[in-house]
Amino acid sequence: MTHPHHHDRPQGVPVLKVTDLRKAYGAIQAVGGVSFEVRPGEIFGVIGPNGSGKTTLFNSMLGQITPDSGKIELNGEDVTQLEPLELNRRGVGRTFQTLQVFGKMTVRDNLIVAAQEHQGSMFSRLFAPSDSGLGDKADALIDQFRIRHVADKKAGELSYGQQKLVDIAMAFMSEPDLVLLDEPCAGVNPSLVGGISSLLKELNRNPRIGKKSSFVVIEHNMDFVMDLCHRIMVMVEGQVMAIGTPDEIRANKQVLDAYLGS
Amino acid sequence: MKKFTLPLLLLAFAVLLAAPMAFKSYGLYLLTYWLVFIIAIMGLNLTIGYAGQKSLGHAAFFGIGAYTVAIMMKAGLSFWLGLPAAALLCFVVWLVFRNEEWLTGGTFGLNNIARPQLFGLSLEGNLAYYYFVLAITLLLGGLLWGLLRSPWGKAFTALRDNPIRAESLGIDIRRYTLLSFAIGAAYAGVAGALFASLVQFIDPAPFAIASSIMMYLMVVLGGPGYFLGPVLGSAVGVVLPEWLRFAQGWYLFVFGSAVVLLMIWLPDGLLSIPDRFKARKQARQASAARAASAQAAAKGAQA
Repeated sequence: MTHPHHHDRPQGVPVLKVTDLRKAYGAIQAVGGVSFEVRPGEIFGVIGPNGSGKTTLFNSMLGQITPDSGKIELNGEDVTQLEPLELNRRGVGRTFQTLQVFGKMTVRDNLIVAAQEHQGSMFSRLFAPSDSGLGDKADALIDQFRIRHVADKKAGELSYGQQKLVDIAMAFMSEPDLVLLDEPCAGVNPSLVGGISSLLKELNRNPRIGKKSSFVVIEHNMDFVMDLCHRIMVMVEGQVMAIGTPDEIRANKQVLDAYLGS
Repeated sequence: MKKFTLPLLLLAFAVLLAAPMAFKSYGLYLLTYWLVFIIAIMGLNLTIGYAGQKSLGHAAFFGIGAYTVAIMMKAGLSFWLGLPAAALLCFVVWLVFRNEEWLTGGTFGLNNIARPQLFGLSLEGNLAYYYFVLAITLLLGGLLWGLLRSPWGKAFTALRDNPIRAESLGIDIRRYTLLSFAIGAAYAGVAGALFASLVQFIDPAPFAIASSIMMYLMVVLGGPGYFLGPVLGSAVGVVLPEWLRFAQGWYLFVFGSAVVLLMIWLPDGLLSIPDRFKARKQARQASAARAASAQAAAKGAQA
């Protein structure tokens, strides 16, 4: 398999910089000194067996839990102690492992509400139009995700796969600098996995709405990760085992033994 | 909001406008009483139905509103000062008012509370006061409609449906939670103010926890998150007891049983009935489509 991304691998000041991050639960060191950088426009994969600390790392980066030590920087700014709300306001979007849509709102309203708090002030939003002026942007994403035919349906009435697409689209509405995707393929029909992969590549290379984003992706589907990501970090027992391009990871003897070899 | 909400609203408006012709003084009083509760329950519906919070203190704000207006009018101040003061106080104050007897009359209550004047017109009569309360109900209903259509309405619904996702999208769930309570309380305050002038005598009893629970039930019965839920909910909570008065002590039994049965079969309230029929129809269509495609597949396999 060839990897067209490798030649245009993005360079520059890191969007996300994690330095020596540590988090223990009692005697268990879930994350034991993890450092890495995500460059502008990069798709960065995080893989590792269950219990390797991926989720703890993710939750720390998202402000869900406070790490014991270490530093998380977003565009050079220390955001280690910030809560999810403030992280979002500073340009961090995310998706969850499980479906997290607003079931009783229409698909279009799900997308609009996903970005409306980035428009104006709390007070001005009281008098803003119902769609906060985000209608065109929502429609652009609806077309890009090919969910036009269900745009006016309540999100809770859609199939799992359709809801997953809405769920992912929501994370991109506010044009975040960094999107953290937590197992975007979990529970998804294999026929849709390829679709999600090409959507994410499209959003990364040539975003129809707004600016380029960098992604961090946790995923168990190895073909998906190898095909999508520019670089991959392998975690084992809370430590970084390797960071490299898909080809480098695939050729890494240690990784093969520990993880891919099975 | 449903497409049939607006025609239904217009119909209700026409009925309410014409209603006084069909009623004697007591009936009119009861209608006004109902309107007052519609305002209070609209506020609570925002807190519970739209923003997904729990509130068992609504009657306290109703009480704050009632006492604010009563005390201010007793002190010779205008109702028109008292009404916004009641709303503002309820919006701002989260404390249960203390029983300052010199001011509130303690458990004896306050009587002879006057009714307001509007541009020199006395609202003393039951008919005039009815139309006055109707106008305020419509005004506050319109404001709530606008609020729910604004981005705030979406944020409240997002908060109700999924607070964790909402926060990850930059929705300040603490502020919206607080706002949903404060706006709901302001509605209760206005309702309380109108209540004081309607019954012209208030004591602390109607503002206790039992009333809060009753108000909660009215939201749930009507349909939390349905714009017209409070109209139906307060009818069941306020008007129905009067009709069932002949049943005397049995009323509570009937009411209690009705609530239990509703909780079992209609947990989303009376106004969810049309949605239920719609969902059932869609499910039937979907299963028919599935059966048809399965049949087609079976035929294809045979061929």
